[in-house]
Amino acid sequence: MTNKDIYITGGRVIDPSRNFDQKADLLLSGGLIAQVEKNLQPPLGALKIEANGLIVTPGLIDMHVHLRDPGQEYKEDIISGSLAAAAGGFTAVAAMANTDPVCDNSSVVRYVCDHAARAAVRVYPIGAVTRGLEGKEMAEIGRMKQAGAVAFSDDGKPVVSGMMMRNALQYASGIGALIIVHEEDPSLFAGGMMNEGAVSSVIGLRGISPQAEEVMLARDLLLLKTTGGRLHIAHLSTAGSVELVRRAKSEGLPVTAEVTPHHLLLTDRAVKNTAYSTNTKVNPPLRSEQDRRALWEGLLDGTIDTIASDHAPHHPDDKDVEFDFAPFGIAGLETTLPLLLDEVASGRVKNLTLPLLIDKLSLAPARILDVPGGTLQPGSAADVTIIDPKRITTVTPAAWYSKSRNTPFAGRQLTGAPVWTIVGGKLVMKEGAPAGSVEQG
Amino acid sequence: MQTLRRKDILGLEEMSAEEITLILDTARSMREILQRKIKKVPTLRGRSVLNLFYEPSTRTKASFELAQKYMSADSVSVAGSSSSLVKGETLKDTVRNVEVMGVECVIMRHPVSGSSHYLARSIEASVINAGDGMHEHPTQGLLDMFTIWEKKGHLEELKVAIVGDIRHSRVARSNIWGLTKMGAEVVVAGPPTLMPLDMEGLGVKAYHRVEEAVEGADVVMALRLQKERQESGLFPSLREYADLYGLTPQRIAGAREDALIMHPGPMNRGVEISSELADGSRSVILKQVTGGVAVRMALLYLLLGGAKEE
Amino acid sequence: MALIHKATVMDEKAIRQALRRIAHEIIEHNKGIDNVVLVGVRKRGVPLAERLQVLLKEIESIDIPIGILDITLYRDDLSQRQDQPMVHTTDVPFDINGRQVVMVDDVLYTGRTTRAAMDALIDLGRPASIQLAVLIDRGHRELPVRADYVGKNVPTSRSEEVEVKVREIDGQDQVDILGPGGE
Repeated sequence: MTNKDIYITGGRVIDPSRNFDQKADLLLSGGLIAQVEKNLQPPLGALKIEANGLIVTPGLIDMHVHLRDPGQEYKEDIISGSLAAAAGGFTAVAAMANTDPVCDNSSVVRYVCDHAARAAVRVYPIGAVTRGLEGKEMAEIGRMKQAGAVAFSDDGKPVVSGMMMRNALQYASGIGALIIVHEEDPSLFAGGMMNEGAVSSVIGLRGISPQAEEVMLARDLLLLKTTGGRLHIAHLSTAGSVELVRRAKSEGLPVTAEVTPHHLLLTDRAVKNTAYSTNTKVNPPLRSEQDRRALWEGLLDGTIDTIASDHAPHHPDDKDVEFDFAPFGIAGLETTLPLLLDEVASGRVKNLTLPLLIDKLSLAPARILDVPGGTLQPGSAADVTIIDPKRITTVTPAAWYSKSRNTPFAGRQLTGAPVWTIVGGKLVMKEGAPAGSVEQG
Repeated sequence: MQTLRRKDILGLEEMSAEEITLILDTARSMREILQRKIKKVPTLRGRSVLNLFYEPSTRTKASFELAQKYMSADSVSVAGSSSSLVKGETLKDTVRNVEVMGVECVIMRHPVSGSSHYLARSIEASVINAGDGMHEHPTQGLLDMFTIWEKKGHLEELKVAIVGDIRHSRVARSNIWGLTKMGAEVVVAGPPTLMPLDMEGLGVKAYHRVEEAVEGADVVMALRLQKERQESGLFPSLREYADLYGLTPQRIAGAREDALIMHPGPMNRGVEISSELADGSRSVILKQVTGGVAVRMALLYLLLGGAKEE
Repeated sequence: MALIHKATVMDEKAIRQALRRIAHEIIEHNKGIDNVVLVGVRKRGVPLAERLQVLLKEIESIDIPIGILDITLYRDDLSQRQDQPMVHTTDVPFDINGRQVVMVDDVLYTGRTTRAAMDALIDLGRPASIQLAVLIDRGHRELPVRADYVGKNVPTSRSEEVEVKVREIDGQDQVDILGPGGE
C-alpha cells in the first residue's frame, strides 16, 4: 500500500538544520519531504493537515530508551515502546543493549531490526560494548555495526575497567563507532538509593555521591585524549559533570552529552516530597537544585547537546515495593516533549526557545548517531512532528501506550503537546492516538 | 489538643510540638498503670494489632507486645526476613492478608528507609513505625523525650548531646526532630565518617570532638556502634573508637553534674559507653525502657482508642 | 442545638448543706470512718471528695485517705466517640484492699460512669465495699446502679443537661438545668 501524499498547511515551520523558522506549507510525497514553501498549492488527493497555530518540526529523536525487548516484554516491547514514542512525538528512538539476552552480538541486533520493521517509529539498536555487559571482553562491535547498530553502550552499567574502556574507544575509532557511557564508579556508588546530600541525610536513604559520576567521567575524558574515537556521555546529572564536559569540549575533544527531562525538572527533594515514591528512584539520581540549574546552563550554552528520556519502563508491580527493593528508572517517552514544551510555554527558563529545544531533540541526536532526520530539507526522509504549543494535557500514566506507568510527573498539567507524528511519510499518530485508527477512520 | 488526628505514626519530623506534648502527657497517665499490681486496663478490648518485625529486636518488640497486653488489645507477632521479601510475597500482600483478618494497627520494623510510609499508604490500618532503615524510630525518640521530661520536668532550653554513629542512626534522627521541636538544643558528635554528609537538613551542630559537644550538656546520649560499619571501612577498630569517642566519666567531665546518661540499647559496654557511666547514678538507661512501655500504651490509645474516622 | 438555662436547682448554700449531710451519712453508715477511704471520680468528683474529707475531719478529727480515679480507659463508649477523651492520671496512693471505699462523683445519670469507675477500682485491689456518693441523681439509669448517698434527686428529661459548677474548677458553686431552647 502506498501512502497518500500529505500536505501540511499554515504551520510555523522550524527546521534547525537550515535555521528556518517561518510560516510555510509542506508536501510529503513518496516517503520524502517534497516541498517546503510559502503558499504551496494544495495538491489533489493529498491528506491535508491544517496546521494553523501549530509548529511543524523535523521528526524528534530520542537517542536513549530501554525497550526491554527481548527478554522483559512484560515491562515493554519494541511495538509498545514505539507506540509510546509516536504518542510522545518521536519518530525515532535508539534502544539500549541491556536486554535479556544482552544485545551484544549481531543476531540480537538483527532481532531488534526485524521487530523494528513492524514498529510505529524508527527503532535503532544500540549494541553492547562488552559481552554480557560484564566489562571483561569486548563485544563484536564491528559485526553489530554491520548489522545495523548505531552506537555501543553498556548503559545501565559503567565500564569499570579503565583498560577495557581505553581499548573500546581505540577499537571503535577504527570503525567510526560511537561509544555511549553510563558514568558510575561502583565503589563510590556503594549501594546508594538517591542523591547524597541534605535530603538523603534527613530521610535516611543511602546516598549516591555526585563523585560517583564525576570520577568516572573524568577518567573517560582523559582516556579520550589519546584514544581517538567519539564518546557520548549519557544522562549527565551533576554540576561537576557539566563542568568536565564543558572543559573537554573547549579542549576540542570529540565528546557529546545528553540530559534527561527529569534531571532538568526535578531535584532530590522529590523523593522526600512524595514520601519515598519509588517513581522518584532513578539512576543517576535526581540531584540538588544547584545541579539542576547547572544542567540547564549546560544545555543552553551547548555543553549538553541533546535531551533524551532514558525511558526506563517497569511493570507497576516492580515499583510497588519498598524503596530499596524497587528498580531504578523513570518512563519518559510520553512525557518528555510535553514537559519540555511546558518549560518553554511557562518562560521559567530564561533563553529557552522553541527552535533551541527542537534542535536538541532532532538535529543534535541525528548528528550524534549519524542517522537520517533532524531536517526538513526537501529530499530527506519525511519524518515530521507537529506540535500544538497551546494544548493543555495532564500526565495520565493509565492512558499511556507504554506498558509502564512509572513516572514522578503523574497528574501534572502541561501546556504544549505533540498532535501529529509522521514517519517516512506515514501518519503514525494523530492527537495522541496511534495512526491505525486515523487511517481507518 | 486532646486528639491525635492522624492515622499513622511514621516519624517525629512530621509531628507538631502539640502532638508530642499530648503523647507525653498521655504516657504519664499510662505510667501509673505500670506501677499497679494488676497491669491491665480494658481499653482496647476487641482491637487487633500486628507486630511485624523484619529485623531482630528484643526490647522494642517486647515493649510493644506488653503495651498491647496491658491495654487488652489482641495481638499477633510475625518475624519476617527481609531477604524472603525480595523473592517471596510482597510486604503489601503480607499485610493486606492480615488486615482482612481484622488487624487495625500494624507495628512494623523494617530495614528499608521509608517502608513505613509505603505501608501506610498501601493499607487502611494504622501504622506505627518501629524503626525503618536509617530514617526514624519515632517511639524510641518519644520514650527518650519522656524519660528526660520526667527527670528534668521540661525539655525547653535543655542541651542534649548525641554521640556516635549519627549517619546510620534512626534513633538519632527521631531524637533530633523531637527534641528540637520541643525547644531543646541538640548537638551531635562522632567521627566524620559517621556523620551525615550534610547536617543542614537536620538543623543541628556537629562536633568531631566529644569533649566539645558535651560541654554544659544536660543530657548525654550514646548510640550503638555497629560492627558492620568497621567492616565497610568507616573507622579502623572498636578499640580505637572506644579510645577516641567512647563515653567515660572523664570524657564527659564538661557536662553538667546532673547530666542524664542515656543509651537506646543494646549497649556495647566498653565501646561507645563505659560500664561506669552506664551503671552509674546519672544513668537513666533502664528508665528509658519502662518509659517505652508507657509511651507505646499512649500511642495505642491515641490511635486505636477512639472511633474510626469516617 | 444550643441549650439554654432553665432552672437553678442548687446554690452554694444548698451544696454545702448537702455535702455536710452526706458526711454524716457516711459516718453513720460505716459506723465510724476508721476504715473509710474517699475516691473522687474525675473531674468534678475530685473537689467534692476533697470537701467531704475536710467535713469528715471536722466531725471525726480523722484524716482519711483520698484518691483520684480517671475512668477514661474503662469507658464503654470509646469506640463510638469522635472526640477522643484525654487520659488523665489515676492517683490512688494507698492500698484499697479491705477498705470501705466511697466513690464520689457529681452526677449520677445512666450509671455507665459508675460501672467504669467500679471496674477501675477493682483493678486496684479488693475493697471490703464500694459505696457511691453523688451530688445529683437525675434518674434515667441504663445499668442496675444506685447511689448510697445523694445530695439531691433532680427529675429531668433526657433532652436536658445537668450542669454542676464547683468553686475549685468553675469559680462558683451552683447546679443548673439546661434544656433545649424554644417551645
